Amino acid sequence: MRFALNSDQAALREAVRDLLRAECPPAVVRAGWPGSEESDLARVRRVWDQLGEMGVLGAAVPEADGGLGLGAVALVGLLEEAGRAALPLPLMETAFVAGPLLAAAGEAALVERLAAGELVVGAALDGSGIVPFAQVADALIAGDARAPGGELRLLRPPAFAPLESIDGARGLGRVAADAGLVLDLDAAALAAAWERGALGAAAQLLGLGRALLALAADYVTERRQFGVAIGTFQAVKHQLADALLALEFAAPAVLRAAWSLDRGAGDAGRDVAVAKALASDAALQVAATALQVHGAIAYTVEYDLHLHAKRVWAGARAWGDADWQRTRVAAALGLLPEEALR
Amino acid sequence: MDLTYTPAEEAFRAEARAWLEANVPHDLASGDSAEGFAQHLEWERALHAARWAVVSWPERYGGRDASIWEWLIFEEEYYRAGAPMRVTQNGIFLLAPTIFEFGTQEQQDALLPRMAAAEDLWCQGWSEPGAGSDLAATKARAVRDEAGGGWRLTGQKTWTTRGAFCTHMFGLFRSDPGSERHRGLTYFMVPLDAPGVTVRGFGRLDGDEGFAEVFLDDAFVPDDAVLGGVDRGWSVAMATTGSERGLTLRSPGRFLSAAERLVELARDRGAREDALARDRVVRAWIDADAYQQFTLQQVTEIAAGSATGARSSLNKLFWSQLDVRLHETALDLLGPEAELDGPWSRGFLFALAGPIYAGTNEIQRNIVAERVLGLPRK
Ligand SMILES: Cc1cc2nc3c(=O)[nH]c(=O)nc-3n(C[C@H](O)[C@H](O)[C@H](O)COP(=O)(O)OP(=O)(O)OC[C@H]3O[C@@H](n4cnc5c(N)ncnc54)[C@H](O)[C@@H]3O)c2cc1C
Repeated sequence: MRFALNSDQAALREAVRDLLRAECPPAVVRAGWPGSEESDLARVRRVWDQLGEMGVLGAAVPEADGGLGLGAVALVGLLEEAGRAALPLPLMETAFVAGPLLAAAGEAALVERLAAGELVVGAALDGSGIVPFAQVADALIAGDARAPGGELRLLRPPAFAPLESIDGARGLGRVAADAGLVLDLDAAALAAAWERGALGAAAQLLGLGRALLALAADYVTERRQFGVAIGTFQAVKHQLADALLALEFAAPAVLRAAWSLDRGAGDAGRDVAVAKALASDAALQVAATALQVHGAIAYTVEYDLHLHAKRVWAGARAWGDADWQRTRVAAALGLLPEEALR
Repeated sequence: MDLTYTPAEEAFRAEARAWLEANVPHDLASGDSAEGFAQHLEWERALHAARWAVVSWPERYGGRDASIWEWLIFEEEYYRAGAPMRVTQNGIFLLAPTIFEFGTQEQQDALLPRMAAAEDLWCQGWSEPGAGSDLAATKARAVRDEAGGGWRLTGQKTWTTRGAFCTHMFGLFRSDPGSERHRGLTYFMVPLDAPGVTVRGFGRLDGDEGFAEVFLDDAFVPDDAVLGGVDRGWSVAMATTGSERGLTLRSPGRFLSAAERLVELARDRGAREDALARDRVVRAWIDADAYQQFTLQQVTEIAAGSATGARSSLNKLFWSQLDVRLHETALDLLGPEAELDGPWSRGFLFALAGPIYAGTNEIQRNIVAERVLGLPRK
């Protein structure tokens, strides 16, 4: 029994963290808002290129298909780092979902480009047809991976109608249900893609939450009212302690779900649901707390907090919100019939 | 990452499970009543005879030299089998780790085997009428008795769990009369039959005589009653509180088994058709599962040699809140039967104490904020 990353995995995570800390500061997150005044997508794309050079983009692609063949355990930490940086690009969708998915569908040419860092892929597998990062993507995957007999389609931009998100970096696009070409996937591959997306989303939420909490802890240490740092007030301390508690108990659940996925364990779906439910709730709690302990300064677009908070508000609901995930857990516990799930 | 147990660990689990299934007593009276305590002692002695009382201790003290992983496995199996809360817990889980860390060889050899055998039964003498959360306000004092080669203890301890049934108490006493706050305190181990010691039991919320006040009036203890050095009691006591908040007192096994029972109750009580009730059951189950995963991660860190430190306050916050929610949910499922005296209502009353004892949850939040998040104290 050993509940920890091995040293290679930890080193890879560190490397990605260092890269993003240096290359993806808040200014770059702002540059990733298509159509905004600060928009500079070329600058954002340079971060992508560097991730590609590290091999991160093809990390989940099987070695036979030109990737690193890394499992979920090795990768959830990277996704957490992407969340921490609020990376305004679909690293999760591209590297963690699309890579293995396109490989399973036999799309060798695309997989090769993806692993080489040449392909940004936006994906929405929930049947909504609302695809995040469509506005910066080179390819889109949309459809319903949850429905019995569901299918996924591959589309090339500009096959979408832009939508405005509260989080500009999400660069949403709506795609038509019958647009694009159906990918050749069996039910197991569809299910696996969904689980990976839900788990990856959970990992990103953890990172977003950690960044928000760090920002809040720094702020309340600096900001003074009534002649003292506001972080000395217990009402402030206790909210932040509770926020940390939520994050600290969601994080191991994410790593465990990654392990279960890699093992193909029978409980993997349940474990992913537990992870996403905890991570969604934790991130929402941290975002609300971080905003509250800042006061009005955080209620502006000039201060950086909103860059992460808005991603949380979107991400907590994407890939199955906490309620939906708990319904899946209920099913696994025999508390409702499987058919009642959808 | 490897969330599997070795064949040896699985064999250990199988052995524990088989023994527990054959031996766990059911329907014992409360361990916080005189009648129940005697029954629990019998169980503790059966555990000891089969060397399951203190699995992680060295064999010479009655243990099995089990690894921390095996200890965790044993705890899981223990609660899975429906075995009762340990009336020896304040000795074996709180005092013993402190004796292993700070005790002399003589103290270890003298105290640990008797503790393992439930011959000496230990209670915890931290709280006083004027020193609850503010433990450093301890007033009970220790005066040097040069002629007798020991100390004279005077003062009052309170909320002493099972004090009326125990034989010994560990606690903090002010040994330096001029000292204040954390300085000048000494950690003593006191036989409760010493002349000058009076114990008065009284009822807890459930009506059982689980609390006691302990009055000390010039009670003599010899020098070897000091654990960890004169005037160094605070740092010794902090080691005990670390065990109390963290893993040792409340391993996940107890919550996992309670969560499984809650799911069964929910199935029996038609929660399938009630989306709100179902969601609360699932939340409780998820929290128990999250506590298990957190613990596996923490034990990995401990096994690799890192100390838990202030992070044990995270454990305490989580398990205490989880326990309350879990039992509240069960009572809601029981509806009109919730108030009946039974395992769930008893468990609920006990769970309500969790946010108070072992340092209140407000104190834990202060610790998390200041020592884990690094927020300013003043
Ligand atoms: C079931 C049970 C078993 C116990 N067993 C034992 C035992 O065996 N041995 C033993 O020594 N003690 C025992 N205790 C006592 C326990 O340790 C104390 O109750 C606890 O430390 C709190 O002290 P208090 O009750 O005096 O409350 P107080 O310290 O008076 O606190 C009352 C309230 O004020 C809040 N408060 C106090 N200080 C602060 C602060 N700085 N910031 C924010 N809020 C604050 C507390 O959080 C609490 O909500 C037990 C208690 C219970 C309920």
